[in-house]
Amino acid sequence: MKSLSYNTVDEITDFVTEKIQNLDAAQNSLIFKLDRRQFLQLTGVVGGGLMLGFALPRARANTNGSTFHPNGYIKIDETGVTLYAPNPEIGQGVKTSLPMMVAEELDVSWDDVHVVQSAIDRNAYGGQFAGGSTSTPENYMRLRQAGATARAMLVQAAAEEWNVAASTLSTKSSQVLQTGTNRKISYQEIASAAAALPVPSPENVKLKDPKQFRLLGTRVTGVDNDALVRGEPLFGIDVTLPDMKYAAYHKCPALGGSVISSNIEEIKQMPGVVDAFVLEGNGNVGELLPGIAIIANSTWEALQAKRALNVEWDESQAAKDSWTDAQKEAERLAKEPATQVADNGDFDAAMNASTAKATGFYQYHFVTHAPLEPQNCTAHYKGDSLELWAPTQTPGSAIGTAAKMTGLQTSQVTLHQMRCGGGFGRRLYNDFVSEAAAIARRSKTPIKLQWTREDDTAFDLFRAGGFHQMDGCVDDNGKVTGWRNRFITFAPGGRPASSVSGGVFPGGMVDNLRVEQVALDWTNRCAAWRAPGSNVFAFVVQCFLDELAHAGQRDPLEVLLEVLGEPRSVGGGWRGQGMHTGRAANVVKLAAEKAGWGKELPKNHGMGVAFYYSHAGHIAEVAEVSVGGKEDTVTNRSGDSVVRRKLTVHKVTVAADVGPIINLSGAENQAEGSVIDALSTMMDLSVTFENGRAQQTNFDKYRMLRASSAPAVASHFIDTGEHSPTGLGEPVFPPLAPAVGNAIFAACGHRVRTLPISEEGFYLA
Amino acid sequence: MKINVNGTSHDLGEIDPKTPLLWVLRDHLSLVGTKYGCGISQCGACTVLLGGEAMKSCLYPVSAVGDTQVTTIEGIAAKDGTLTPVQQAWIDLDVAQCGYCQAGQIVSAEALLRKNPTPSDSEIDAAMDPNLCRCGTYIRIRNGIKRVADANKNVLNGG
Ligand code: FES
Ligand code: FES
Repeated sequence: MKSLSYNTVDEITDFVTEKIQNLDAAQNSLIFKLDRRQFLQLTGVVGGGLMLGFALPRARANTNGSTFHPNGYIKIDETGVTLYAPNPEIGQGVKTSLPMMVAEELDVSWDDVHVVQSAIDRNAYGGQFAGGSTSTPENYMRLRQAGATARAMLVQAAAEEWNVAASTLSTKSSQVLQTGTNRKISYQEIASAAAALPVPSPENVKLKDPKQFRLLGTRVTGVDNDALVRGEPLFGIDVTLPDMKYAAYHKCPALGGSVISSNIEEIKQMPGVVDAFVLEGNGNVGELLPGIAIIANSTWEALQAKRALNVEWDESQAAKDSWTDAQKEAERLAKEPATQVADNGDFDAAMNASTAKATGFYQYHFVTHAPLEPQNCTAHYKGDSLELWAPTQTPGSAIGTAAKMTGLQTSQVTLHQMRCGGGFGRRLYNDFVSEAAAIARRSKTPIKLQWTREDDTAFDLFRAGGFHQMDGCVDDNGKVTGWRNRFITFAPGGRPASSVSGGVFPGGMVDNLRVEQVALDWTNRCAAWRAPGSNVFAFVVQCFLDELAHAGQRDPLEVLLEVLGEPRSVGGGWRGQGMHTGRAANVVKLAAEKAGWGKELPKNHGMGVAFYYSHAGHIAEVAEVSVGGKEDTVTNRSGDSVVRRKLTVHKVTVAADVGPIINLSGAENQAEGSVIDALSTMMDLSVTFENGRAQQTNFDKYRMLRASSAPAVASHFIDTGEHSPTGLGEPVFPPLAPAVGNAIFAACGHRVRTLPISEEGFYLA
Repeated sequence: MKINVNGTSHDLGEIDPKTPLLWVLRDHLSLVGTKYGCGISQCGACTVLLGGEAMKSCLYPVSAVGDTQVTTIEGIAAKDGTLTPVQQAWIDLDVAQCGYCQAGQIVSAEALLRKNPTPSDSEIDAAMDPNLCRCGTYIRIRNGIKRVADANKNVLNGG
């Protein structure tokens, strides 16, 4: 069998990384001043080449004279106002927040608006994508421009109708009004006249001053909520087509194993089974792994047949990954210098000169995305075309991979964007779409491929585990003078799953700083997972800073602010750019103030603070926890015995600067959800591997946080009016674990250095 | 075999009696509001009302349903489409993120509030802990239930 290729996985990861880097770079150019011209230039940068300049999407043909369809986002006709949501909805709220941007400038009343998920159309919308928290910044100016352009045309049409100057007209609640008179006309009534006008060029269209916003910044309930509470079909898994059959796909539990022999003939005789066949796989672990496809009359029959399969696998090329071995190797490597990726000042001299030092070996386990809707895709192959219904974050690349699987041109593939039951980065990768296309090619009827929860975990692209040997020192005043971050990561297919740089916190803020990296061989796929890199680096660096503060016997808040120093642009991003220490200090101070930092706390309580910059968001969090007494001893996943202790998280205070907020309800929901996700992940989530196989593949062993453990969350947003809005799906996640870890230390003097912290005995009340 | 779902009787013909109710609802009756999340009774995405009790349907064999009324998320609102106070609270408080777990959450909340119109915090926790929300909307779920419970309290107090 062929050796495994990781090309497709790497390509998508690069694509997302580049977008995040562009966003970070854009933050640098935006600090403190944002005029519209800069933003127009910037938009081109942020688009990463997908969005050409600032051109509005091409208008679709106005097939009927009474329909006003000035661009791909807006349609006004006798049925009302329809706004098209271009990007995939994965729970981050863009099906509501992006149309809000259009509606604001269009001056329609939100109650009049009907929102429709748009078709996939590169010419009309450029790249349609959900990832890297980029939907908001990439669309903010473009969608406002779309709304403002349409509004200008409606005003012009009314001016011509009434034979008055456009400057004497205003708009409000889906109507054009003449100033100083009672004259008004609804958008619907004037739509056909507007449709006959030429589309004005962007320079001639004025955007609102944000102070005039009526809709943006308010709380708006999600546009799908009514359908959701009624249980209407919205998700990929809900697709039902006439004559549709149900498919399952069985792969080797060790990634990359191929089929030698199986009881497939017996399986074909099982009740409800229509067909079963072997797919060879194409050697690309991001596309099609080898396995056995089953097509049946119902999901249950397909899954029963899958369970009854008896396969002999060739595992010569398959994953042999072992977490226990990796841990041992990492402990050994932690003691040796690794490849230097940054070396500023003189770390060794600083250590020699210092009397107060800290050292710690940090580690975090692998975790899985676990979107609650397991991967699925419905595909209908008709010989010269392929129709797909897919819950994906990257519809464009899904079309590409499906075309490849079926030997069709991408123009012969249509994809319907389905609402996603969670994304968190998993649905950036379209291996499930490849499988559905490859299976559909062999089927006369449409098929819905359904992964089980076990498939979804075992064949995830995991958030890689990792290890950091941290060393540092402070001077006699307790000022941080030396910092070394030695990172041991994993390299699936030879490429590090994650990388540190000289820009990772506190890069640019501490004089003597050394960053090193080494990678362990690995086979299981790793990829972007909510706030990639940052979701674990924040824990390591913000807890270690707390260690240094205590080494210097100082208040951790004071030391954090001292490290941030004078307001200026420094590193901080995933790859080390984009952070501004002034914005950082502001959120840190706000979180501390709102949480009551320094106040008298009950016995066994403690507060911890942490800051992290990611996805162009500056976020600080303060956690208040209490820790119970020592209980019995248990054995953890690594075979060590640890003392159990109960942890209660009483309150988490979030202060965020992501520029102006689009939908306040959505923003608060993302903040609360990120805190809960991060707490859940840090408490007990771990996937370990032995003999290449994931050991925890369902929720009985992968135990996420439940309602009764959810802490109170207070969110505070800073908007100075100087910055463009950036995304909120990810950046609130990273600071939570270090805030809680630091609070645990304050409460009981135990320093947690392992994620999940159940490895150190902690469990949540 | 016949079962009654949302007030309608369905003849399932020659179905494997071991088929879990979840897949009968989704694949045989096209009632896809009830969701699959884990298949091992751990996440609650598949929760339905079985004679008024919240029941996870992914391991529940269809043959065990018998004459008991099944109510799915599609059957929670009144026949004329009027939403229940729980459903309305979910919209007003914008509870959902991805929304995938919410059918199960709403059904569990309905089961709780129909039996116990004014539950305490710990009763809410006990009733809702079986339902996982991967997006972490627990705070709003709790607020949604409390909002309905508060309205019920006012009615009980004659106000
Ligand atoms: S699908 Fe039934 S509990 Fe998860
Ligand atoms: S809203 Fe996404 S799982 Fe609950």
